[in-house]
Amino acid sequence: MASIQITNLSKTYPGASGPSVADINLSIRDGEFIVLVGPSGCGKSTLLRMVAGLEDITGGEIHIGDRLVNRVDPADRDIAMVFQNYALYPHMTVRENMAYGLKNRKTPAAEIEARVAEAARMLELRPYLDRKPRALSGGQRQRVAMGRAVVRQPAAFLFDEPLSNLDAKLRVSMRGEIRRLQKRLGTTSLYVTHDQLEAMTLADRLVVLNGGRIEQIGAPLDIYHRPASTFVASFIGAPAMNLLDAEIAGGTLRLGTVEIARIATAAQGPVSLGIRAEDLSIATQGLPFRLDFIEELGAQRLVHGHVEGQPLTLSLSPDIAISDQMHLAIRPGALHLFDTNTGKRLSLPESERQQIHAPA
Amino acid sequence: MTELSHLPATPRTGLRRWYRGRPALPAKRVQFDQPLLPWLFLMPQLAVIFVFFYWPSAQAISSSFYLEDPFGFGATFVGLENYGAALGSGEYRKIAGFTALFTLLVTVFSLGLGLLFAVKADKIIRGRATYRTALISVYAIAPPVAGLMGMMLFDQHIGPFVTLAGWFGWNMQVGIDYWDTAFALVLVSVWKQVPYNFIFFLSGLQGIPASVREAALIDCRNGLTRFRTAILLLLAPTAFFLLIINITYALFDTFAVIDVMVKDKPANNPITLVYKVYSDGFRGNDIGGSAAQSVILMVVVLILTLVQFRWLERRVHYG
Amino acid sequence: MNRTNLIDHAVLILATLFMVLPVLVAIMTSTHTAVDIHSNGLFLTPAGHGAETYAAVLTRQGGFTGQVTGTRMMINSLILGVGFAVGKIVLSMLAAYALVYFRFRLATVMFWIIFTTLLLPLEVRIMPSYQVMSELGLLNSYTGLIVPLLASATGTFYFRQFFKSVPDELLEAARIDGAGPFKFLIDVLIPLSKTMMAAIFIIMFVYGWNQYLWPMLMTTDERFFTLMRGIKQILQVWVGSQIPDYNEAFALAVLALAPPVLVVVVFQRWFIKGLTESDK
Repeated sequence: MASIQITNLSKTYPGASGPSVADINLSIRDGEFIVLVGPSGCGKSTLLRMVAGLEDITGGEIHIGDRLVNRVDPADRDIAMVFQNYALYPHMTVRENMAYGLKNRKTPAAEIEARVAEAARMLELRPYLDRKPRALSGGQRQRVAMGRAVVRQPAAFLFDEPLSNLDAKLRVSMRGEIRRLQKRLGTTSLYVTHDQLEAMTLADRLVVLNGGRIEQIGAPLDIYHRPASTFVASFIGAPAMNLLDAEIAGGTLRLGTVEIARIATAAQGPVSLGIRAEDLSIATQGLPFRLDFIEELGAQRLVHGHVEGQPLTLSLSPDIAISDQMHLAIRPGALHLFDTNTGKRLSLPESERQQIHAPA
Repeated sequence: MTELSHLPATPRTGLRRWYRGRPALPAKRVQFDQPLLPWLFLMPQLAVIFVFFYWPSAQAISSSFYLEDPFGFGATFVGLENYGAALGSGEYRKIAGFTALFTLLVTVFSLGLGLLFAVKADKIIRGRATYRTALISVYAIAPPVAGLMGMMLFDQHIGPFVTLAGWFGWNMQVGIDYWDTAFALVLVSVWKQVPYNFIFFLSGLQGIPASVREAALIDCRNGLTRFRTAILLLLAPTAFFLLIINITYALFDTFAVIDVMVKDKPANNPITLVYKVYSDGFRGNDIGGSAAQSVILMVVVLILTLVQFRWLERRVHYG
Repeated sequence: MNRTNLIDHAVLILATLFMVLPVLVAIMTSTHTAVDIHSNGLFLTPAGHGAETYAAVLTRQGGFTGQVTGTRMMINSLILGVGFAVGKIVLSMLAAYALVYFRFRLATVMFWIIFTTLLLPLEVRIMPSYQVMSELGLLNSYTGLIVPLLASATGTFYFRQFFKSVPDELLEAARIDGAGPFKFLIDVLIPLSKTMMAAIFIIMFVYGWNQYLWPMLMTTDERFFTLMRGIKQILQVWVGSQIPDYNEAFALAVLALAPPVLVVVVFQRWFIKGLTESDK
């Protein structure tokens, strides 16, 4: 068990025009569950693979525990990794798959036996120990891959999209299992996924990556409630946060012709206005909303339409009546403002935002 | 079989990339980083290649510029004279002409028959395995054995083909009459090569996804047009690959067939360029001349391979 | 539908006859006596003289010096076929391993040095190859028979394709599991390549067994004659004899074609897979 310290880490592939990963600073506490999340190509896997020692480091440092591991072989970093396609050795039985890493480390046979048995018990793999991977289902293979990591008792677990090859239902249950296992073992974990829901539910802290750089680090709910940029706002949370083109003029935030709020700021000009779907409600007056279509999700419904010519989605309870033309109100304090050019969050003191309910 | 005939079906890597001059990308995301170990693994192969490929090839090139004394008393540098002598001789040109014709016929017929049989075998479900086994088995027969069997079948005395030709008033004299021999050579060479083409065409056909066949079935009513426009197009990579293999086969691998069937009497019989390289070098002891012919052949093979790869590749649909 | 099916079957039956009849004729005719063949032509029916003909071909010491029997030639063919196949697998597997799994300077250059050999068949450099062999004193030896045939990249090409199709993650997992280059090769890659090795073995065995030109040049000593060389031999004796030994020629042909044909037919599945599958 150990902390992981990543300092100014960067990676540029030979022949590439720019870095794939740049300026990564991340300090992972012992036993913490960190999820790296972002769209494909954001560098999250590259970052993980650098920690694993599978990619060369172009610049910066990685410490696992107190040890600088930049030039340490993957086998000697005291980490275990779970791969997306499981990467089980197809010609070895489940038992041999789990034991292989220990055998290569000259672990005594009795010890190997004990650890494999323990992992198999924990992961409910005991009936399958003498089977080959191809005789197992996807979920069982996934468990074997985890077992292979667990028996090693490493300083850190590295997960590279371990659930994306499973069907939706299995994914949810395995997600829970991973979390339970990690809590129980208390092993520092670094987990890569492109699925924001998986990221939210698993992480102690989330690291949102975009274009090889960190957009935001924080606890899932902090990130959800205070996204640092339009990118994070639209990536975390489903449905994605509504982002509308608005304007600040003379201390007033306007959406087209509608005045939304008074803002005590000297700033002038266009801004991006972010509103979560659940922060909107139907009102007698407010934003004029034209309905396009409805997605029924059972517990709630997503209502899609336009406000001032811009698309907007709100989430409503199914028992609320809906008409083609409605007015919407925004929950107080639920406005997110972002710089139109940089996409960065504009932070304004809460008290200085005052909502206007005046009709258009 | 030449070296090329063992290449896998899709010329997707290797030669193609080589020809386009693109650098080979690293084969794996992660590789071992030892500087010396790969050399240890490569050493046996490299040693064999250098001693038995590059050295002889270099020797062929160098001795093509010398006139070697047949009794072993040194050699004189003669520049391009050997090349001039080869290309200038009427006999050489006649053999080159025959080689071209022979290659064309063997390639066309063995590809055509291979495709025909494969298409039929692909259509049929009952008995497919039996037909396949029967058609494949000949693949393993060595060219000299094929030549021997051909010789018997075309024997003046006992050959059924000669009898058969006699019924049509054709006095077939294989081994004596130039064109009769040529006919027999082509037939035996085609017979030997059909299984190879059959295997590849059949596996190419079976590799066409059911969805594509179904789409073609919906889009096109006429079976023949459907075959021509959809199936054949999808087989193009296989056919293209086989074309090169068959040309190399006709040029080189038929050596044994010819050697057995002309029975050491190449004088008035049809032979190919490779046979001439051999007979000039080993029988005629014309080492310089034989070497020059080797080099000419090497150049022909190189040009053929490279031109085909570039020229045909563009017209071939790689799905 | 039925009518087309009939045509398909007719074509295939004709094809089968075209391909298989000559082989059948060879087998059947080899069981008749030379005189019988000389006066009646070829046969599609068996006769009772097979045993003596085959016994004669296999055990009688033929050739110019009377040192070579059919059995000896078969053993030599077997040595050539197996030796070539095994040599090819070992050399090309190691080379492909280096090319695919290692990062090293000149890797690309090495790739081209090896793969250029695909362009020029042995036949075009036969004369200088012979000279090289005689300079090395390898004429009339098994080494001389086998090793020069190994100088090509076909096997390397196969293994390279196969290794590239092995998921990258397997190496990554193995490295994290503490396997070095030798351990990975022995513990993971070789067990994974078993089917591939079997397929290559079949193809290469057939290739080695069927070699003609090279053994013909390389061996003047009859103790090293292969069956293919024996065919050449029997034809040379032929010229000038009253009644040629047709039956023995056919028997020799059958002996020469039976092993590779059987191997290919029995292991059809592997063989076709190996031949046609480049990447998965």
